Amino acid sequence: MFIAVSLMILVTLGLILARALMGPTIYDRIAAINMFGTKIVLLIASFAFLSGRTDLLDIALVYVLINFIAVVAVLRLVEHGDFHSSGKGDDY
Amino acid sequence: MIDLVINISLLTFLAITAVAIVRMTNLFAIIMLFGMFSLLTAALFVVMDAVDVAFTEAAVGAGISTVLMITTLALTKDQDEKHPGCHRPWLPLAVVIVTGAALVYGTLDIPAFGDPDAPAQTHVAPYYLEKSIPETGVPNVVTSVLASYRGFDTLGEIVVVFTAGIAVLLLIGGRHSTSKNKKNKREENDA
Repeated sequence: MFIAVSLMILVTLGLILARALMGPTIYDRIAAINMFGTKIVLLIASFAFLSGRTDLLDIALVYVLINFIAVVAVLRLVEHGDFHSSGKGDDY
Repeated sequence: MIDLVINISLLTFLAITAVAIVRMTNLFAIIMLFGMFSLLTAALFVVMDAVDVAFTEAAVGAGISTVLMITTLALTKDQDEKHPGCHRPWLPLAVVIVTGAALVYGTLDIPAFGDPDAPAQTHVAPYYLEKSIPETGVPNVVTSVLASYRGFDTLGEIVVVFTAGIAVLLLIGGRHSTSKNKKNKREENDA
């Protein structure tokens, strides 16, 4: 069952990566990196049960915290920084 | 089997992210992709059972350096240059290919991954594996080496990182403090 879960998470990772690459606005990309961190944590958790090394769950919890802090920092800087303009006229 | 599938998928995502970082021109998207690159690398390290390295990679790569790069982008947004129109990529490409080929040639002499007869496993590693728990009492051998046997080395590294952090804070925070100083001076002049 954990094998199926891992495979589904890998598929989801691919979809999120596509959204991060295409994403027209910066908010798509922020949501993508947030989702990506969550899915990596889930992948580590399911891999921990797959390989029997359940101490990896602590690492997964720390990843959640790091990802949360990074996303909050990015959102604060998008809100208070001066790159509102890059959200509307994305030029890549 | 599933290890192999996870490894191949993560490495594929890593390659896609790297190519996208090189191809993109939107700096904000590139920073987001750098964060993803670090998370993917950290997940790969976890799969390869190098948990402490993975932890460092996630904390530094996905956490701190994303915030630092975003901060730098916020400070330098209106000073970015236009992409140079055309340059000849063939010389750099040739240099990169030659260097990569030399590095791949160099890996041919490296012992296989996890080889028990490799010099790295036969030199001091048996000593640490046998003596680390009675001598230090730390359950994780890598942590005992980093924090106990090489404690002064780690202390030096932390001093270096701390100094670099202070330098970055001075560089990034300098602009804010000067604008505040100007405001204060104006207020003083007005008063």
